[in-house]
Amino acid sequence: MRRLSSVAVVGAGLLALALGFSNRGGAALAGSTVTGKVKFVGKAPANPAIDMSEEPKCKEKYTTPPHEEIVAVNKNGTLGNVFVYVKSGLPAGGKYPAPATPVVLDQSGCTYHPRTLGIMIGQKLDIKNSDPLLHNIKALGKKNRPFNISQPTSGMTTTRTFTAEEFPMAVECNVHGWMHAHIGVLSHPFFASTGADGSFSITGLPAGTYTIEAWHEKYGAQTATVTVTGSDTKTADFTYTAK
Amino acid sequence: MTTVAATAHAAHAHHDDRSFIQKYIFSTDHKIIGIQFLFLSLFFLLVGGLLAMQIRWQLAYPGKPMPFGNLLPETMAPGGILLPEYYLQLVTMHGTFMVFFAIMLLLVGVYANFLIPLKIGAHDMAFPRINMASFWSAFASGAVMLASLFVPEGSSRAGWTMYAPLSARHDYSGAEFGQEMWSISIILFGLSSILGSLNYITTVINNRCAGMTWFRMPLSVWALFITAILGLLAVPVLAGAAIMLLFEQILGTHFFDPAAGGQPILWQHLFWFFGHPEVYILILPAMGMVSELVANGSRKPIFGYHSMVFAIAGIAFLGWIVWGHHMFVSGMNPTLGSSFMVSTLLIAVPSAIKVFNWMGTMWRGNLRFHVPMLHGVAFIAMFTIGGLSGIFMAATPVDMFIHDTYFIVAHLHYVLFGGSLFAIFGAIVFWYPKMFGRMMNEGWGKVHFWLTFIFYNGTFFPMHINGMAGHMRRLYDPTVYDFLKPYQPMNEFITICAFLLYGSQIIFFVNFWWSMFKGKKAPLNPWDDNGLEWSTPSPAPHGNWETLPTVYRGPYEFSVPGASEDYLPQNRKLPTDRDPVMSPAAGH
Amino acid sequence: MHWWLPPQGSTFAQPIDTMFTWILIITGITFVLVEVGLIWFIFAYRERPGRKAFYTHGSTSAEIIWTAIPAVTMVILGIMSNGLWVKIKGRNSVPANAYPIGVYAKQFEWWFTYPGPDGKLGRVSPSLVDKTSNPTGRDPADPAGTDDILIRNQMHLPVNRPVVAILTAEDVIHSFYVPEFRVRQDVVPGMEIKSWFEATVPGSYEVGCSQLCGLGHYKMRAQVTVHTQEDFDAWLQQRTAQAQGGPTS
Repeated sequence: MRRLSSVAVVGAGLLALALGFSNRGGAALAGSTVTGKVKFVGKAPANPAIDMSEEPKCKEKYTTPPHEEIVAVNKNGTLGNVFVYVKSGLPAGGKYPAPATPVVLDQSGCTYHPRTLGIMIGQKLDIKNSDPLLHNIKALGKKNRPFNISQPTSGMTTTRTFTAEEFPMAVECNVHGWMHAHIGVLSHPFFASTGADGSFSITGLPAGTYTIEAWHEKYGAQTATVTVTGSDTKTADFTYTAK
Repeated sequence: MTTVAATAHAAHAHHDDRSFIQKYIFSTDHKIIGIQFLFLSLFFLLVGGLLAMQIRWQLAYPGKPMPFGNLLPETMAPGGILLPEYYLQLVTMHGTFMVFFAIMLLLVGVYANFLIPLKIGAHDMAFPRINMASFWSAFASGAVMLASLFVPEGSSRAGWTMYAPLSARHDYSGAEFGQEMWSISIILFGLSSILGSLNYITTVINNRCAGMTWFRMPLSVWALFITAILGLLAVPVLAGAAIMLLFEQILGTHFFDPAAGGQPILWQHLFWFFGHPEVYILILPAMGMVSELVANGSRKPIFGYHSMVFAIAGIAFLGWIVWGHHMFVSGMNPTLGSSFMVSTLLIAVPSAIKVFNWMGTMWRGNLRFHVPMLHGVAFIAMFTIGGLSGIFMAATPVDMFIHDTYFIVAHLHYVLFGGSLFAIFGAIVFWYPKMFGRMMNEGWGKVHFWLTFIFYNGTFFPMHINGMAGHMRRLYDPTVYDFLKPYQPMNEFITICAFLLYGSQIIFFVNFWWSMFKGKKAPLNPWDDNGLEWSTPSPAPHGNWETLPTVYRGPYEFSVPGASEDYLPQNRKLPTDRDPVMSPAAGH
Repeated sequence: MHWWLPPQGSTFAQPIDTMFTWILIITGITFVLVEVGLIWFIFAYRERPGRKAFYTHGSTSAEIIWTAIPAVTMVILGIMSNGLWVKIKGRNSVPANAYPIGVYAKQFEWWFTYPGPDGKLGRVSPSLVDKTSNPTGRDPADPAGTDDILIRNQMHLPVNRPVVAILTAEDVIHSFYVPEFRVRQDVVPGMEIKSWFEATVPGSYEVGCSQLCGLGHYKMRAQVTVHTQEDFDAWLQQRTAQAQGGPTS
């Protein structure tokens, strides 16, 4: 009886460990969550207006004049398109398999959606063209093989994968010089981008002390240190000031 | 190679105990090497044409899925729709395959090898083993170039002219190792070409038989000899430029990088310094062979033989000082535009002399329109158009307007297809019996000729109109431009003619292969020709002759008054002929 | 669809078209002589039983005639061409009062820089290029450039006034080509090339890139608008005011 119960305890402990280290890309059964907001203080700088007159098929998709969303300040005083990720602190030797679902980079209205995205090594990046005209996608990888490919019509999807951690990797379209995006290729799934409400949520973290970095394409990087127990939720906010 | 074995049953010149591999695979016999080049180059002619068909599809129907396009991988044509980067690879590879692996190999690799010893009365080339190396390095070069289409990110795509910096940087072109493979292939090709040239020059200087003085040599040999000199001097420049480009691509040198003190235009100077003599390499042997075909078909001596020789030499010499006409708007000093214009206009003169002399050959002849003659006359007619269109380009202000348009594409195809390729078809038919001991079918040869002639003109003549409209080269989709949209019906017409043109070549290929097994057995001298090659059985045995012939007259003694036949071979001794004084270096 | 050259839109067009026509006449005569000659020979001298070819090795006088006539013709053509060439492309050919427009070529766009009220273009340098804020590498230290206006893919110019395009490239070789103006000039990285012309007909035209520059080469198009001088001034004023409101992509 005692032997059986000790086996059960060990088994349960192993199960807990296994679940704790399992990677479910966010919907973890266990693991801590780090959430927060990226605030923006000060007057939002004007984003450059884009003159799309020479690309009428993109121009007609806009009701108000389009701008390059370099500094995307939300109504609630937060900053969008900020990439937040675990920079260090993960247990050594941790292996995180890439999810089967692809990350989508869409070209629509002659802009990249999203402007900042994260992807895991080996995970598929589906690059979509939703515009009925030529875009070329030039990925300026330094640790990953750079590529420069085209999609001349709408409805095309090209899939690429990455092999090395690299952040940030610039992506640009040369036909439309205002189109820019950044990709973060990571070996783990603990990353997120802020959206229209300026918040981010990184889930499934095992217990430990982590350096979390927030990165904005104009305002640069900021770090915060967070310690989690493996089953709690912590908050880490970042603040960027207008320059 | 086994097909040659099946038909080769002539007497051996001397005891031949070579193995199958020595006879047909790693052969040092100039005739076998010539035939190996023939198979290799005809393959690349087909491949180059297939690439052109895809280019024409895209131009006529931009963005529409191509028939059989679904067979291509996603990286080239997803859903059968050609991608712009694939289109540029097609354009680049079409030019590269056709210029180097089709036309150069067909004219020089095949006919310099096959004809020179036979037409000057030699047992073989001066350096048979170097000859074999020349073929196998060409083979390796072709394999590398073909493979470059299938490596990740595909082949190079900066046009066959490979202008730097686009060709030097992966991040500008999107190509990866395929780009380097172009350079490597060209370096190997350069080796092949230079080895060949060494052989042809040495053989012509040293191995002419007794009585074969310089001015009794057939014009095809003169042309091949002068072409070999051009090759020896020009191809190393290309190889050097390709090495510089390779260093730029893999070693991070900055020859062409202005940010580090380099010069983009340097590539153009190097390339065209080779490139212009190259285009004369691509036409002179054809001109030489046309002289054989037209003299034979006219049953008349070549009109102005000496002028013809001097014209070949004149074209070759002037060809060194015209390269800047490819660069009038390149940004080079405009004063060079003036000087290159002068030399370019002058080079029209020796070409004109040749056309008039061919006409003089036909004038008051007794014209026999066998298939080789049809091709020879077509050469004269089509090369004239190509040459005349060149004059528009020579005039710098006009060139400013038509440079890099379809007017240029029309011009180059009139001289390379209307010129060189028609001559090649004629030459293949003419010397087929010498190679394989059988005749190609004459009726189907005429059908092929007429279909090719009609569809070729339908394809390339309208390109002059598109060029005059300003239709630029290497455009994936001309309809992006409002000023070009009205020319789409013309593009469609050209494409349909191009498809029919390519389809017509099936007739030639079937005739070629079928005749090798089932063609009429060739008589000793099927064309009633004067060349030395017809004085030995067909196919010629290893070593060509047991005893080398002696030459008593020039190569074009047709319709000599008082002779019993309308031809008089170079080696036939008449009672009035004296034996030539033997020089120590002459044959044995 | 024209079967001839495009409509004439600049002062260069008429002399260039005239040259083209002269060359067409000369080559046309030669073409007819050769092709009709060939066809005539094919019929007149075809093989018939009992015929014999005329045995001759040539004629020195024929050689002299058909060498001299082409040679003289080519020399005349050269002299005729060179004057026009020097006028268009010569080092000192740019008129002193030509209105300068900076033309910056990059994969796969054209950036046009218009001098502001000071009428002068500021210096540019490749090392100062920033893709978002300074696409042409304008030197902030040069006061002449502070009022310059940058516009993507749109060229505006006044009619009947010499314009000089100051051409630079960022990456690979491109080529500035407007068919109706009969203007073409390669744009080379590391070089600043001046190409001048004078438009004569108001209207809309297109710039096409005329040197293979990569996979977007076919899409490297700019719109050209030739205005009357009044319309051009009004347009420039409007764009200047717009530019004060912030950067324009």
